[in-house]
Amino acid sequence: MTSAQREQANDRSAVRAARPGRTRRSARGAAWAVVAWIAGLLFFLPVLWMVLTGFKREVDAASNPPSWVFTPVLDGYRQVFDRDITPYLLNSLMASVLSTLLVLLLATPAAYALSIRPVAKWRDVLFFFISTKMLPAVAALLPIYLLVKELGMLDNIWTMVILYTSMNLPLAVWMMRSFLLEVPSALIEAAAMDGASLTVTIRRILLPIVAPGLAATALICFIFSWNEFFFAVNLTATRAGTSPIFLVGFITSEGLFLARLCAAATIVSLPVVLAGWIAQKQLVRGLSMGAVK
Amino acid sequence: MSGTRTPHRWRPVLALALATVLASTACSGAGGGSSSGSDGKGKAITVLMVGNPQMEDLAKVTADNFTKQTGITVRFTILPENELRDKVTQDVATQGGQYDVATIGAYEAPIWAKNGWLHELSSYADKDGGYDKADLLDPMVKSLSGEDGKLYAAPFYGESSFLMYNKKLFAAKGLSMPERPTWQQVAQFAARLDDKKAGVAGICLRGLPGWGELFAPLTTVVNTFGGTWFEKDWTPKVNSPEFAEATRFYVNLVRAHGEAGAPQAGFTECLNTFGQGKAAMWYDATSAAGTLEDKAASRVAGKVGYAYAPVNRTKSSGWLWAWALAMPKTTKNADAAWQFISWATGKEYEKLIGSSLGWSRVPAGKRQSTYAIAEYRQSADAFADITLKSIQEADPVNPGVQPRPALGVQFVGVPEFADLGTKVSQEVSAAIAGSTTVDKALADGQRLAEDVAKEHR
Repeated sequence: MTSAQREQANDRSAVRAARPGRTRRSARGAAWAVVAWIAGLLFFLPVLWMVLTGFKREVDAASNPPSWVFTPVLDGYRQVFDRDITPYLLNSLMASVLSTLLVLLLATPAAYALSIRPVAKWRDVLFFFISTKMLPAVAALLPIYLLVKELGMLDNIWTMVILYTSMNLPLAVWMMRSFLLEVPSALIEAAAMDGASLTVTIRRILLPIVAPGLAATALICFIFSWNEFFFAVNLTATRAGTSPIFLVGFITSEGLFLARLCAAATIVSLPVVLAGWIAQKQLVRGLSMGAVK
Repeated sequence: MSGTRTPHRWRPVLALALATVLASTACSGAGGGSSSGSDGKGKAITVLMVGNPQMEDLAKVTADNFTKQTGITVRFTILPENELRDKVTQDVATQGGQYDVATIGAYEAPIWAKNGWLHELSSYADKDGGYDKADLLDPMVKSLSGEDGKLYAAPFYGESSFLMYNKKLFAAKGLSMPERPTWQQVAQFAARLDDKKAGVAGICLRGLPGWGELFAPLTTVVNTFGGTWFEKDWTPKVNSPEFAEATRFYVNLVRAHGEAGAPQAGFTECLNTFGQGKAAMWYDATSAAGTLEDKAASRVAGKVGYAYAPVNRTKSSGWLWAWALAMPKTTKNADAAWQFISWATGKEYEKLIGSSLGWSRVPAGKRQSTYAIAEYRQSADAFADITLKSIQEADPVNPGVQPRPALGVQFVGVPEFADLGTKVSQEVSAAIAGSTTVDKALADGQRLAEDVAKEHR
């Protein structure tokens, strides 16, 4: 046996020796994949149930056990559009989009001043931001309600824009800070060496790098604003009602309502799904930012 | 570098978002503005209501009829019952003035009237020649009046309770339902008709916790068994032998021959169970009949028989409930609000709904004249008379065998009752589930009732 043949034989035996470990690893991987699929399906099932129920007749929707085979009808959707969903969707869209834009506009420089060029006592500032989320919303309701009433801003969509901006701002500052911390300081120093101004550094260096993080923050703020019910039900009436207010209007103590409620919920969920779908690529990168070193 | 291209990729998305928002502010009127007042063409009023089918119909026909006739624009907010109560309470207590008209129930009307939260409507109704206040059913007027005898909410539709039974199942067993059954007869029927193998319950009764859920039918059973929550001088009687006997009877009946999942079954669940032919009897609101006779929503349409609320010691025992339109004191558009209330609770409105949406959708149970309309009688032939009589027989002042301290058949008309009834119902519901006993539930209920009594003695 030549030395080359001996080496080949050694390699083969090494591969054979390594196989059980690899098999174990792949089996473990398959098991995790199954768990992930099951978890994914568990999360998806209620959504599927909601979409399917929206196409059922009320009688079928309320049947117990639930019926999976049925003749799809559009009665639920017809009732939703009969009630004129458009103003509610537009109100939600306005409150969510404008508040998200405002949040990003305010949170990004704040996060910059708490990460890349930290201000004095930045830890205290950071804690202050998050401490505003520790007060239960219900505890803040009465002062907010009275203030809004005194300002004559009840049932006004701009009130919701301001409120959602202030509600999401602390979270966005924290998120944006963690994304900005990912930016290598050498890059910023290099830009400074090349004579780039602060605005240029932010526009040309920082923003492109943290764009996925920005997208993730924007989507989360959008979702939180879009789904917010508590303040909306207390501060709006007939003009500034948002989609969640429209949704609960289908709940009745007299009669069946599941099919039309699901139809309305499906329609109201669509903009969020759409936003998530558009930002999908950025989101995956954004949400994993800071997670992998 | 992909990172540098990202902002450019996002530009169209941002532009689209901004454009949508700008368009929404421009074309929806979604922006601010006062909740009521002039909209340029005429007056505008705001109405808060529950999402019951009859209310939805009201929202549907308002623009083409009321607004066309009067020039008054009506904006609606529809909320579930609990949110609506919170909202009106908050609005009135803080003088918010967001709503000109609100839907309230028979429970709230006298309490809120006493709190000074509502405009009295008697003077408006008396001045309004076309309203015909005398046509309103007397029990409805009584239940929606304040201590001063004035009307504080105009009934939109009313209901009592009765026993619904599946005629096909009764015929199959050779049974016949008396017009006025006793609870003992009902229990015997339930035992005969209970067919667990076929998935058919002998009877469907509410077991879902809530003063307006489980305790609506149960309090009527307590009344007819001779019990009461409080005596005239506010002596609590929750653990009295009569209250206990009635509750034990109800719990045992549901446990032995009731529907599956009874501790979670409320009106909606029972409507569905009975409507699918999975229960032989159902004791509940008369307003259920319209849905049960609707072929699109029920599998027992045309097969349902109706009998008066079962009794024990009293002659009748049906409950009394009304959804009514009231005017919060904070409204700045009282005259326009009355115009709307008058239209929506008037005689012509019923005819409008009947001719445009169908006679089974008429918000009945409040006016004597409704039951004289030939088309309505034809559509509600199976249950119209018994509904009317049940409402007429219900007495919110003296619903049982002893004088009462407050208005209400299936509730006690004081603010604390919602909490008391709900807490005791949670324990009775647990007794239906088998996790506690009726005696323990009522002993706890008595302690809670004593606290309520202290407030009123």
